[in-house]
Amino acid sequence: MNAPASIAETQEEIKAEFATLGGDPEMTVMYLMELGHRLPSLPAENRTELNEVKGCQSKVWLLSREEGGRIYFEADSNTAITKGLVSLLVRIFNGRTPDEILSADLYFIREIGMSRFIGTQRSNGFAAMIRQINLFAAAYKAKLLTSC
Amino acid sequence: MAATLTSPELNIAALREQFPILHQRVHGRPLVYLDNAATSQKPQRVIDALVGYYEGYNANIHRGIHTLAEQATKAFEDTRIALRDFIHAAATEEIIFTRGVTESINLVASSFGRAFVKAGDEIIVSGLEHHSNIVPWQMMCALHGAILKVIPVREDGTLDLQAYESLLCRRTRLVAVNHASNSLGTINPIAHMISLAHQAGAYVLIDGAQSGPHLDIDVQALDCDFYCLSAHKMYGPTGTGILYGKRALLDSMPPYMGGGEMIRDVSFERTTYNELPYKFEAGTPNIADVVAFREAIMFIRELGKGDIRRHEDRLLKYARQRLDVIPRVKLVGVAPEKVSVQSFTIEGMHPFDVGQLLDARGIAVRTGHHCTQPLMDALGIVGTIRASFAVYNTLEEVDALAEGIEKAVALIS
Repeated sequence: MNAPASIAETQEEIKAEFATLGGDPEMTVMYLMELGHRLPSLPAENRTELNEVKGCQSKVWLLSREEGGRIYFEADSNTAITKGLVSLLVRIFNGRTPDEILSADLYFIREIGMSRFIGTQRSNGFAAMIRQINLFAAAYKAKLLTSC
Repeated sequence: MAATLTSPELNIAALREQFPILHQRVHGRPLVYLDNAATSQKPQRVIDALVGYYEGYNANIHRGIHTLAEQATKAFEDTRIALRDFIHAAATEEIIFTRGVTESINLVASSFGRAFVKAGDEIIVSGLEHHSNIVPWQMMCALHGAILKVIPVREDGTLDLQAYESLLCRRTRLVAVNHASNSLGTINPIAHMISLAHQAGAYVLIDGAQSGPHLDIDVQALDCDFYCLSAHKMYGPTGTGILYGKRALLDSMPPYMGGGEMIRDVSFERTTYNELPYKFEAGTPNIADVVAFREAIMFIRELGKGDIRRHEDRLLKYARQRLDVIPRVKLVGVAPEKVSVQSFTIEGMHPFDVGQLLDARGIAVRTGHHCTQPLMDALGIVGTIRASFAVYNTLEEVDALAEGIEKAVALIS
């Protein structure tokens, strides 16, 4: 069995998938929506204000847990495009160590030219999700250090 | 399929030529601009007037005696005259320049509030109001101990007038409603509402943000006490608008802001205030935009509101017809009397997603709560997709919208 893809490898996969859309804005938005539909929804009891990512125009809920030094994410949103966006982050960061997450360079966002397709407001929301993931990673890192 | 770029009244193709912004592509497709209730586009003559002012006669107004100051003052005051005629006010003194409807309402809430509102008084707004016709009154009520009452909205987007009548009483100090709703397009029966308010001894403010570019306005026939307009929703520049107020009422209100222009004499012991309208126009006003506003008024007057309305009604009816037959689409706001605004929802799809999909096709609509959260709550929805039409829109653009919506719905079917 192959080793799991690295953060860089996963970004390359995502880039390749978006490349097949040929930079067409409508196809790109539709693809993001499809990704959103594919991500399982969170149960209603997890879609709480406490789990909300602040700074998004749409509602985004992001949950994390740590297992054996690796972090796992679950996410949901009330809009399909945003759910598609957060699904990309879940795909990239699931099962990573805090250090992998904190040192990651998410170059795929620039290289796909995401802001062109999703606009500034959604781009700001996307940045807020990434910030939240980094906060979780930093918190788990601190917790893991103190529990050693 | 819709027929042509012309309407029986207006040559829309020629009219579109006057709007440089419309001739561009967005995401590779021709721009279809259907967000006119948020702000309308500007004809070349408005843009030229702005540039012409800065290139030719930029000067501060009312005080200078040099030639440029004379020219600028005349151009500024010509807009006031054009607006007096546009809304059929009795005098130019009743036209006060503000930054737009929001500032006009804040001016009245502050100034009228200080002069006339005391603890226990009641202010009535409607459930159709924009936040800018809610929040200033909440602030005013908090300051003076007054109470805010709300006219409920019915399922079709009309106001419950029976409830309105039962809200009116001798404690009612002021009624603030819009002429037309920004979210749903409902035209409110304001003449009747004003008359009822006056019978109860209350004053009335009309928010004309959405009626300005569409409906005939005659403040004397309506007998309203205040009427507010924003230039940018009427083919004019951003950052200017007016407050109309009956002269006697404005005379009895204290100034809103202090500064230059609004004074007669200033000493450290005592300041006396200038006459209307200058009493309410502290500081150097937005001269350039006011000057260009006149061109927007002339644009509307030359086309004629009758013809504008007939064309926009046709667009609205066609949009409703096209959208209504698309599965999962639910029209929101189906009042019998409407300006050219159609809100709708798609079952199983968030308005933001629909807006983004339409944008990818070059179509600009508004999505969300449209600054009317209480209305959305009352209708039990998070928001709508809103298409709003201006005189330069075409039936073909309605087709483009309908095709975009059909495509969006197909994604989830």
